[in-house]
Amino acid sequence: MKVLWSWRYLILRRVVQLGVLLLFFGTLHWGWSLFGQPLLSGNLSSSMVVGLVPLADPFAVLQMLLTGHLLQPEVLIGAGLILAFLVVVGGRAWCAWICPVNLVTDFAGFLHVRTWRKNLFGLPKSLRYWVLAMALVLTMVLGLPAFEWVSPIGAMHREIIYGFGLGWTALLGILLFDWLVVKHGWCGHLCPLGAFYSLLARKTAQLRVQFDRNTCNDCGDCGTVCPEPHVLNLRRLTRDGQVLSGDCTNCGRCIPVCPKDSLAFGWRHQKRGPSSQPL
Amino acid sequence: MTTRRGFIQKTIQGAAIAASGGMLWSYLVLQNARASPFALRPPGALADRDFSALCIKCGRCVEVCPYNTLKLAAVADGAPLGTPYFEPRQTPCYLCPDIPCKNACPTGALAPGLEDVMQSRMGLALIDTEHCLSWQGLRCEICYRVCPLRDKAITVEAQRRGRSKHAMFLPVVHSRDCTGCGICEQACPTQVAAIRVMPANLIQGKIGDHYRLGWIHVTPEPEAPEGPGTMDGPTGTASAPEAGPVPGMDFLNQQDY
Repeated sequence: MKVLWSWRYLILRRVVQLGVLLLFFGTLHWGWSLFGQPLLSGNLSSSMVVGLVPLADPFAVLQMLLTGHLLQPEVLIGAGLILAFLVVVGGRAWCAWICPVNLVTDFAGFLHVRTWRKNLFGLPKSLRYWVLAMALVLTMVLGLPAFEWVSPIGAMHREIIYGFGLGWTALLGILLFDWLVVKHGWCGHLCPLGAFYSLLARKTAQLRVQFDRNTCNDCGDCGTVCPEPHVLNLRRLTRDGQVLSGDCTNCGRCIPVCPKDSLAFGWRHQKRGPSSQPL
Repeated sequence: MTTRRGFIQKTIQGAAIAASGGMLWSYLVLQNARASPFALRPPGALADRDFSALCIKCGRCVEVCPYNTLKLAAVADGAPLGTPYFEPRQTPCYLCPDIPCKNACPTGALAPGLEDVMQSRMGLALIDTEHCLSWQGLRCEICYRVCPLRDKAITVEAQRRGRSKHAMFLPVVHSRDCTGCGICEQACPTQVAAIRVMPANLIQGKIGDHYRLGWIHVTPEPEAPEGPGTMDGPTGTASAPEAGPVPGMDFLNQQDY
């Protein structure tokens, strides 16, 4: 029971990630409905909840606007709803709680730590922002949504929901890359969608991991399990009293591993301010 | 401490990676988006380039299609990745009057302005006259009979056969009315369909505006003079049509040339 409790965020994330895919799958293949309307039609690019609430991927919509086309109001409203939600709960919460590729990269990260532990080369954490800039520039140059046409994320959820093609080969590539070449290579260094959400909510995210310097014993276990360990910089944590970096995915892995319970989810405005203890 | 030399070297290396990476990425995008020009799109789909820019690949048109006609292309399928398409020999588009696929499209990649499904242009039927049974002189005309726009999109022309006393009844497709639904392709009884739907831009020619087919293009009557006192105006002489809205009616047709 204690073990289960220590895995609570991991279990909850898997339930949410797989649950969302299951809702899409059930609506398409088993006709799940509510009030006579399809429960959740579409996929993670654009969907419709109970025939009423549109949802859309804001990054995809941004790319489409940059191709110079006008869009229908429905998809703009849908993107706005997702934006509003993620701006509040933390942009990259999408990565840890919804994105299906996270299943693959978490597994690859697990394999890397357990079996390999060798990076072929290092990649700068800032690379993904350059990839994001490249995605937007190419979108304007080509007149086509550059990331949407190559996205392994789209390939994965589409093929799970609508039937498999060769999209799994891209995921196999990500698995091998993250496992054997660069730890957290895709989510942590390359993915422009994560970079987009990271930029988007870095100033506004309300749900943040809170840090108590007074109980922390500097063991560093949180940094070991964190997929973005640079967000747990002790000096900044002490100054801010919480994780403020937009790169934090709110995955909650650091919270159960802390032996002193110094980390916990909380709201940004509750921040404890600079610690009374000197570093 | 970054030296100036080091900074310049890093900048050049970064630019080199960005340029090569960007080109590779562009190839991937263009390969994906343009690799299969033969894909048939749902009713109301915009022209290829606009459709590729606007389709968000959500599959909601596929989901609402009551006949399971539409499919969402996976990697290495018969259409660009993640976009809806159909293969009429398996399941054609049955031209639902309420166009649910178009209504489900959240972005406008399927033109929201399409009101009448018979106005959609998914493709154009093309008859392989070498393998069409009717064109061999046999009685078939199945495509004609199943066509939702019979006598408009497909007509049957009678012609002497020569080999026997019987006439040939030849199905002919007319692009003005053909929606490209593919019901004919599915119904065609030959082993491989002798009538097939293709994207119109791949198979349709264009004569060119400078040709005047006198038996089709009627020279427009000069506009009637407006109001009193304009009989001497430039549009008032019946014998000298103006170069104007009709292409080809230029200076050669003017009297004083």
